[in-house]
Amino acid sequence: MQATATESAVQTRSSGRAKGRFNKFKQYRMLFLMLVPGFIFLLVFNYVPMYGLVLAFKDFRITSGILDSPWVGTKYFHKVFDDPHFYVVLKNTILISVYKLIFGFPAPIAFALLLNEMRRPLFRKWVQTVSYLPHFISWIVLAGIFTTLFSLDGPVNALVKAFGHAPVVFMADERYFRSILVGTSVFQSFGWSSIIFLAAIAGVDPQLHEAAIMDGAGRFRRMIQITLPMLAPVISIMLILSMGTILDAGFDQIFNMYNSQVYGVADVIDTYVYRLGLINADYSYSTAVGMFKSVVALILLLSVNRLVKAVGGNDHTLW
Amino acid sequence: MVYRKTRLGMAADLCLYASMTLLMLLTLYPFWTQLVTSLETGASVYSTRLMFVPEHVSFEAYRLAFHFTPLWTGYLNTIVRTVLGVLCMLVVTSLTAYPLSKKDLPFNRALTGFLLLTMLFTGGLIPNYLLIRELHLLNSVWALVLPGTLSAFNALVMRNFFRSIPDSLEESARVDGAGYLRIYVSVILPLSAPVLATLALWVGVGHWNAWFDSLIYMTDGHKQVLQVVLRKILIENDTTDMNAMIQKMNTHSEYTDRQLQAAVVMLSIIPMLVVYPFVQKYFVQGVMVGAIKG
Repeated sequence: MQATATESAVQTRSSGRAKGRFNKFKQYRMLFLMLVPGFIFLLVFNYVPMYGLVLAFKDFRITSGILDSPWVGTKYFHKVFDDPHFYVVLKNTILISVYKLIFGFPAPIAFALLLNEMRRPLFRKWVQTVSYLPHFISWIVLAGIFTTLFSLDGPVNALVKAFGHAPVVFMADERYFRSILVGTSVFQSFGWSSIIFLAAIAGVDPQLHEAAIMDGAGRFRRMIQITLPMLAPVISIMLILSMGTILDAGFDQIFNMYNSQVYGVADVIDTYVYRLGLINADYSYSTAVGMFKSVVALILLLSVNRLVKAVGGNDHTLW
Repeated sequence: MVYRKTRLGMAADLCLYASMTLLMLLTLYPFWTQLVTSLETGASVYSTRLMFVPEHVSFEAYRLAFHFTPLWTGYLNTIVRTVLGVLCMLVVTSLTAYPLSKKDLPFNRALTGFLLLTMLFTGGLIPNYLLIRELHLLNSVWALVLPGTLSAFNALVMRNFFRSIPDSLEESARVDGAGYLRIYVSVILPLSAPVLATLALWVGVGHWNAWFDSLIYMTDGHKQVLQVVLRKILIENDTTDMNAMIQKMNTHSEYTDRQLQAAVVMLSIIPMLVVYPFVQKYFVQGVMVGAIKG
């Protein structure tokens, strides 16, 4: 740094600027070199697929590849918006996501608040460890387990029978399938998602609590009026993040749990794209559906971020 | 802090601990039923009940599952992709994150933007699939490793960590004549063990549990990862391979498909159950590192 400064000071004013910039590049040469592999990865595995989205505006022919396939304009987007099943899929995606948000979002916050009230470290640690566990198990295994749990001779039906009702084929019943998706999703994620809130709780200034104790505030009162408000920035960031993924609905889970009997309530954009694209090999149409999803997700993310910025100020936003 | 022991407070505590215990048991219950089923013998697995304890204990299902070679091929493929995936991720991510952690690097904002854009918008399933096909990576382990090597999120987490390392340490190395590469190797990386370990675990678990890429990129059954082998047995309910294998073993043991499925589930999650209590604290630390706003 110092060498560059003295060197450029020696230069005359006119050539100094160009020389200074050159020296700066020389100085940072190694850093730029280090960026090369990463940026190649980004180009190949992120930007090339983004370019691949032009597929949605072309008639893909396997023999000509993406570049030489003929342009067809918005033909496939018209097809998307004329496809009645697309609306079923869109509705399912949004419904499942919103239900998951309604039940899945507050659960880890409540869990973190309660966990914070546990004063026995060992017990607390056990509860935490157990609650994170499902997050580490793949949806294939979880789906396998839930399918047996909810099967006709499974434990859930044992309960149903114990209460004197006829057993239900839960996994093939449109009335229950979404509830099962939401419930098992909360089961899988509540513990793990609570970590970020626990971290935020740990960062709360203890003086706030001490002051509140002096003022005679009880534990419950402090939980609601100190800890919870201190979580507001984290809560809003997490909410923004979940808005950006509202069209995701949980592919891993649904793909492994659904079956043709419940497509009416459980088929979502991602599963539809998979079946169209990789099973029916309808590449262009499937890309158009997928692109619709990416664009909407981007718009959602940007607008929610702006909204939160307008309401809560910079602390609460992503960037 | 000192708490006044009031009757109300004690009742609240009792409720709290009781409900947390219940929650814990409820979380463990699904896994417990699998253990019970896997140890069960004969037709009793199909009787409708709550499955708190097995009626007759037998390890027969495990013995049979142990001889099912596709399971171990799957294990091997999973281990290979996890190790390669984590190593590639660590090298490329740290190489990218270090220059971006320098606020005085020319074009830093533009370069970071190039990285961040990948978080906002993605090509989606079909373009990715066609890319892998065009690169002739189908049926190659690199199809599972390379696409996830650099993620913007991991790079940001690492960049933020690098920024938290005091400049003075780097300055003293520079006075000794070390260049950026030297500083990166012998100052930054050794000091970054926590973030490297955390990301390695994060990405490692991701690879361990990943299945979709293997399902679509690997058409050769011998190259499928453990999760896809499990998927065939558990989700597609295809136990013909296992049954054929057992027929060949010429055993007279009594078993059912469900019992085999449960044994396979247990065999697949046991490594996770064993390792995970020891590593979970790093995950928790990692979430906090990642929580620093980028």
